[in-house]
Amino acid sequence: MKLPFPVGKADFIQGDEAIARAAILAGCRFYAGYPITPASEIFEAMALYMPLVDGVVIQMEDEIASIAAIIGASWAGVKAMTATSGPGFSLMQENIGYAVMTETPIVVVDVQRGGPSTGQPTLPSQGDIMQAIWGTHGDHSLIVLSPSTVQEAFDFTIRAFNLAEKYRTPVVLLTDAEVGHMRERVYIPNPDEIEIVNRKLPQSEEEAKLPFGDPHGDGIPPMPIFGKGFRTYVTGLTHDERGRPRTVEREVHERLIRRIVEKIEKNKKDIFDYESYELEDADVAIVSTGIVARSALRAVKMLRENGIKAGLLKINTIWPFDFELIERVAEGVEVIYVAEMNLGQLYHLVKEGANGKARVELISKIGGEVHTPMEIIDFVRRDLK
Amino acid sequence: MRLVSAYEIRDKYLRKDMLPTIFCPGCGIGSVLQFTLRAIDELGLDPDKIVWVSGIGCSSRVPGFVNFDGLHTTHGRALAFATGIKLANPELKIIAFMGDGDAAAIGGNHFIHAIRRNLDVTVILINNFTYGMTGGQVAPTTPKGLRGTTAPYGQFENPFDIAQLAVAAGANYVARWTVFNYIQGINSIKKALSKEGFTLVEFLSPCPISFGRRNRMKTAPELIRWYQQITVPLAKAKKMKPEELEGKIVIGEFVDRDRPGLVREYMEYIKRAKKMMGWEE
Ligand SMILES: Cc1ncc(C[n+]2csc(CCOP(=O)(O)OP(=O)(O)O)c2C)c(N)n1
Ligand code: SF4
Repeated sequence: MKLPFPVGKADFIQGDEAIARAAILAGCRFYAGYPITPASEIFEAMALYMPLVDGVVIQMEDEIASIAAIIGASWAGVKAMTATSGPGFSLMQENIGYAVMTETPIVVVDVQRGGPSTGQPTLPSQGDIMQAIWGTHGDHSLIVLSPSTVQEAFDFTIRAFNLAEKYRTPVVLLTDAEVGHMRERVYIPNPDEIEIVNRKLPQSEEEAKLPFGDPHGDGIPPMPIFGKGFRTYVTGLTHDERGRPRTVEREVHERLIRRIVEKIEKNKKDIFDYESYELEDADVAIVSTGIVARSALRAVKMLRENGIKAGLLKINTIWPFDFELIERVAEGVEVIYVAEMNLGQLYHLVKEGANGKARVELISKIGGEVHTPMEIIDFVRRDLK
Repeated sequence: MRLVSAYEIRDKYLRKDMLPTIFCPGCGIGSVLQFTLRAIDELGLDPDKIVWVSGIGCSSRVPGFVNFDGLHTTHGRALAFATGIKLANPELKIIAFMGDGDAAAIGGNHFIHAIRRNLDVTVILINNFTYGMTGGQVAPTTPKGLRGTTAPYGQFENPFDIAQLAVAAGANYVARWTVFNYIQGINSIKKALSKEGFTLVEFLSPCPISFGRRNRMKTAPELIRWYQQITVPLAKAKKMKPEELEGKIVIGEFVDRDRPGLVREYMEYIKRAKKMMGWEE
């Protein structure tokens, strides 16, 4: 297939642009959105590319409509994405819950800016971590990925589509204005270099009759898409395996919700992704995600040069969260520093994971500037004194 | 033409394991459902290529009872979901079954924009002047002075004329009937289903339980009599003075035109994009 951008070589592009190109290479053929800084460039790139690959791109009346449209497109059998920032992401929360409940594969990009409210539109922030994980109502689970570089923005977008399809779930690509707007060298692979996952489709009449069942015992039902004669009824109400509303029976609700949560939890090993640097002999660990992890890496190197045995744990998957990994890290160090651009959101997860095995301290920064390595180093030095 | 019995329609299109429906005795939703199924049947449409979409409310429960692909979504958002389904697979015919609160209050913005885009969808709108499912609060259609649980002293706001709103926003086909206009209702749905772009058939539908009971019309027959008083056929309305039409609801076919639908416009857009990029074969 002819692509509207060069492949098989590196390009120097913005994070937002990288996300758009990756989506197209991942097979996304439906994009609905509403403009918002700093995510608009994703939409603008999609607007250029989508019609050329026979995909759909449409500007909806708001973010509620945007996510609704991509859920509809997904049930019509097409891989679909939307992108937004904090205020729009808040508007999407009801339908993120709908996508969780109806097990609809979609990708939602949140290029975070400073909040709450309309806050700092052009500046980076990591203030939506809790919103991404817990923003919608009710017990649920979904997947949240967090890139640190433009290359990762590209790679994680492809992974987001693959995970959405594999687990029949919404996936949030949570990034920030810094990664979204920064230009970096990115390798754009040829389509045949990319591994693409597609959702399971029902293989028999029997399977098609259980669009919310568990015929394979892996908690992930095949998805009978519309128009194939399966006559599937999809509802956000509590439903049984066949999709029939069953709103008052405790067991039906529990069976459904536990399966939806467990299909993510039980596959944590596959979904959770992290990188560690020099943690093996470390006395102190820095835990960080997204853009801040880059300052943290530099800080670790400089701390080592100054005789402090520091290590970095860079979190690439924010949810499902590997609490056990944090506990293992905590067992080996005296103190864990969580550096993040908010007043402590990743911190809560790390603290729970550390389970009292190490002291956990927050290095927080808000206002739209990324931590400098020196700021992290100063905090650590002062704290260790 | 042979008149197909209601039993045949039921056996052919309803999901037996979902019956009985949740609808109260005297509710008009079942009648409108029957009209819609008859229209599909008479047109001989392929049920495998029809998707029913709805939001939340009594009316929105309809897609659960029919044996078609169906998406029962969030309150007010049916048309936004429909936009995705239709553009992702233009082969599918979309029927959106909605309530008046669903379509015109929480979904008002999606409603006018779906019409502006001329989304290829047929909206069957149940206007019962109230929020039925949540127990009879006032809706954006409640006539002034009538009561609901959130306006116990009588509605003080102006109601929407949904059909006129749709005409103004650019729909290709708009008609309004009461559920007692059996023949006109079915014919209108048939016409709506046969057309490209946005088509709307609004039905004034009795809700004796949540609405009638609070407004001295406890039964469907009382509501029928009231509808007869307040509705005026379009031809007659044209000859009436504005003062005479005060408090009346006009019924009939309001518009029937053939502007290109969203799917066709988008297909053209793809062609234009490729041409502008020099990609055209
Ligand atoms: C976001 C949201 N707000 C409120 C509700 C509660 N709710 C359920 S149905 C309904 C109104 C239904 O009225 P209408 O659309 O007129 O349909 P009817 O039940 O009368 O057919 C409301 C407000 C909801 N489900 N979701
Ligand atoms: S509450 Fe009204 S609209 Fe709802 S089922 Fe009962 S009669 Fe019908």
